[in-house]
Amino acid sequence: MANMEQALIKRLNDDFADAVESVTQGVGNEVTAVVRADAIKALCIELRDREAYSFEQLMDLCAVDYLEYGGEKCDPSKRYAVVYHLLSVKHNQRLRVKAYVSEDNPAIDSVMDVWRCADWFEREAYDLYGVLFYGHPDLRRLLTDYGFIGHPFRKDFPISGHVEMRYDPEKKRVVYEPVSIEPRVLVPRKYREDNRYIAEGDNNG
Amino acid sequence: MAEIRNFTMNFGPQHPSAHGVLRLVLEMDGETIERADPHIGLLHRGTEKLAETKPYNQSIGYMDRLDYVSMMCNEHGYVMAIEKLLGVQVPERAQYIRVMFDEITRILNHCLWLGAHALDIGAMTVFLYCFREREDLMDIYEAVSGARLHATYYRPGGVYRDLPGRMPQYKASKWHNEREVKKKNADRQGSMLDFLWEFTERFPGHVDEYETLLTDNRIWKQRTVNIGVVSPERALQLGFTGAMLRGSGVEWDLRKKQPYEVYDKLDFDIPVGVNGDCYDRYLVRVEEMRQSNKIIRQCVEWLRNNPGPVMVKEHKVTPPHREEMKGDMESLIHHFLLFTEGYHVPPGEAYAAVEHPKGEFGCYIVSDGANKPYRLKVRAPGFAHIASLDEMVRGHMLADVVSILGTQDIVFGEVDR
Repeated sequence: MANMEQALIKRLNDDFADAVESVTQGVGNEVTAVVRADAIKALCIELRDREAYSFEQLMDLCAVDYLEYGGEKCDPSKRYAVVYHLLSVKHNQRLRVKAYVSEDNPAIDSVMDVWRCADWFEREAYDLYGVLFYGHPDLRRLLTDYGFIGHPFRKDFPISGHVEMRYDPEKKRVVYEPVSIEPRVLVPRKYREDNRYIAEGDNNG
Repeated sequence: MAEIRNFTMNFGPQHPSAHGVLRLVLEMDGETIERADPHIGLLHRGTEKLAETKPYNQSIGYMDRLDYVSMMCNEHGYVMAIEKLLGVQVPERAQYIRVMFDEITRILNHCLWLGAHALDIGAMTVFLYCFREREDLMDIYEAVSGARLHATYYRPGGVYRDLPGRMPQYKASKWHNEREVKKKNADRQGSMLDFLWEFTERFPGHVDEYETLLTDNRIWKQRTVNIGVVSPERALQLGFTGAMLRGSGVEWDLRKKQPYEVYDKLDFDIPVGVNGDCYDRYLVRVEEMRQSNKIIRQCVEWLRNNPGPVMVKEHKVTPPHREEMKGDMESLIHHFLLFTEGYHVPPGEAYAAVEHPKGEFGCYIVSDGANKPYRLKVRAPGFAHIASLDEMVRGHMLADVVSILGTQDIVFGEVDR
């Protein structure tokens, strides 16, 4: 198995030297290719059509907001990442492609022409993170309410939201009001260096 | 001349065969569908965002509530992603237990799917038959976890506890006298595994019953054959997985192709369809139930003969035994830290996928080294399936929308997340 991944890494580095920034192998032999955002569409077409890759399926597409990764402010030019999980049924292989987009202009080419199922995944990423997809024919909100304001999965969007909704019997319609609940943290976010116990133990898989 | 316009119709969100809360805006030319625009998100709870605010273990319960008819398979995907990041190897007995419960869950899911799908199309009896079998399996869920649906049984590092030696018993009451209760408890005298073994003995017969009702049924065939045909190439393009992909004739099953846990040690077959229509997908799922039954039997036999631990003894991740905790200071500290702060996962990212009854259920976790996930993305199989609804229903009649929704096995808990 490990050889397959090594071969894939080598091939990616050879074939797409100008588009790929880095290719790494993470936990569980997963291969991650970080690519330039402007090269994404051309790269995806190659990855799908070239015999050696044959990534026929886009398993998942999602955005990640790196605003406070590791408890520190991130570099604004690399705030969002769009992550593609590809699967090749032919070669039984997976690949993660990642492209960073900036805070001021969170936009990337749509891959809907490459994989039809990217349609809704991109709508979801736009809805939740506000990442725009050039060339998407119908970039509407998908999961949030009609007329929702903001992008709820961004790290600077509070977990309790901004508005709450109720039915007003006098006005005979649904009204929006500022939230009345206060968010509270039951377990604080902590960073500790105690992973050494697992790394050294005999349970290391 | 009269102006002829297409008719726009709302299907749901309160329609009984919309399988939950789906609002489907249909553009119709008479009885024929021109365009379908599914509006989802009416059940959106922000599970992924909530998971970012809680220690890893506290989100296992949310996973049950994603696809609420195949609970343990969702947990499986989530704990596997965490285990991948932690580098924890699960004990073999726990792996067998997980596989066994994944297959129990598959039968649970397919039973509900078959019952609801048949009910949508107009066959009432199948629903009652399927729920009879679901009852036994939910009793097994209850025996092992205390809950009939939302089990929260899998943990990173194994499963929460070993299988019980005894099944819960019915008690006599005002409505059920001693004799009745004795009859009901007859197959509950042994351990949970004995009860399950009894179930697997009779289940193939029950599947035959479902097939007698449907497989050669003229109405069933009229409603499903050649409805919602998807070619193999199109199925891959649309991101189909699971029975939806196999129904189109693509031989792809993670249990065989990328085996996790102990699937590579078990003997089972993968059914594939030929035509890629609703009827083939029905046949695939029925055969999957039979195969799951076969897997369960192999697991029961193995589990009977091989006692052992069901959780790793790595107390940075899994809680120490209650008894140890009372006498040992170190264990007490571990216990306290684990339940107040949780464990810390090394920075990195992992994607773990399981063959969920509906398709590929994947969890993508980004960790920054904290006790909570930095980002959790749930790849729900139903999401890709319902996204293709527009393409699948175009040109079909209104009644076929119900067949196609049924064949996709949509559950809104996972689509909306």
